[in-house]
Amino acid sequence: MHGFANPARFLRVARPLTPWLLGMGLAITGGALWWGLTQVPAERLQGDSVRILFLHVPAAWLGMGGWMVIAGVSLAEIVWRHPLAAIAGRAAAVPGAFFAALCLATGSLWGRPAWGTWWIWDGRLTSMLVLLFLYLGYIALAQATAREGASSRIPAIFGLVGVINVPVIHYSVLWWYSIHQPPSLTTGGSAMAPAFLYPLLIATLGFSCLFGAAVLMRMRALLAEAQAEARLRRRAREGA
Amino acid sequence: MREGLDHWPFVLAAYVLGVVGTLALLAWSWLAMRRAERRRDGADR
Repeated sequence: MHGFANPARFLRVARPLTPWLLGMGLAITGGALWWGLTQVPAERLQGDSVRILFLHVPAAWLGMGGWMVIAGVSLAEIVWRHPLAAIAGRAAAVPGAFFAALCLATGSLWGRPAWGTWWIWDGRLTSMLVLLFLYLGYIALAQATAREGASSRIPAIFGLVGVINVPVIHYSVLWWYSIHQPPSLTTGGSAMAPAFLYPLLIATLGFSCLFGAAVLMRMRALLAEAQAEARLRRRAREGA
Repeated sequence: MREGLDHWPFVLAAYVLGVVGTLALLAWSWLAMRRAERRRDGADR
């Protein structure tokens, strides 16, 4: 990871990787969503609403995964003062917040036909909503500290503290009574029929590529903004 | 499953939201990146 501490070295990898991730992500996600929408059979109990699975589950995993990225780079920021860690955290926050919001919205659209309600204050749904609020708080804090020139360790501490919510989301359906179903995919195996499992895994791969592309583009944008600011300040000093 | 409720409007709304939202996120990230890199390159001159 320290090999990418040099922004020039990071850009040498990020520039060719960005269009590859974007192209692969669009192709794989498009194919998986077409498969889920038109080729997968209706489920015995949930009917056609099961097709929302191919959006909802990747969005949930990426919403939680985005915060794990923030926590990882926050640790790198606090322990090793990695120069790109703060930029990586800020870059992952917006795509993470988007996927957390998409998970909540698609879950609500799935809940209405499946459970008869748009929303219920149970452990899984509430902890996912808390994750979205944590993202919004992190984005506001990171922007404010960058604008005011304050220490980037402040949002890093917030990123590390907030990670406690991720296992709460994961285990909420086991710890408390929930209308939400328990995990269908665990390290021990899958309770899901292959007709649903394969398009779900492919959709997750596609959305992960798009998440990676969005993070790289955001990192490149934040890095370019910082470099432009530094160059303009240097020129102003030289001109003074 | 609730009987008598057509699931397709909910499915299509979720897909439209997911596809349009993801494309908007990617387009915004791409445009912000291009704008920032042009500004950095312009600061060299």
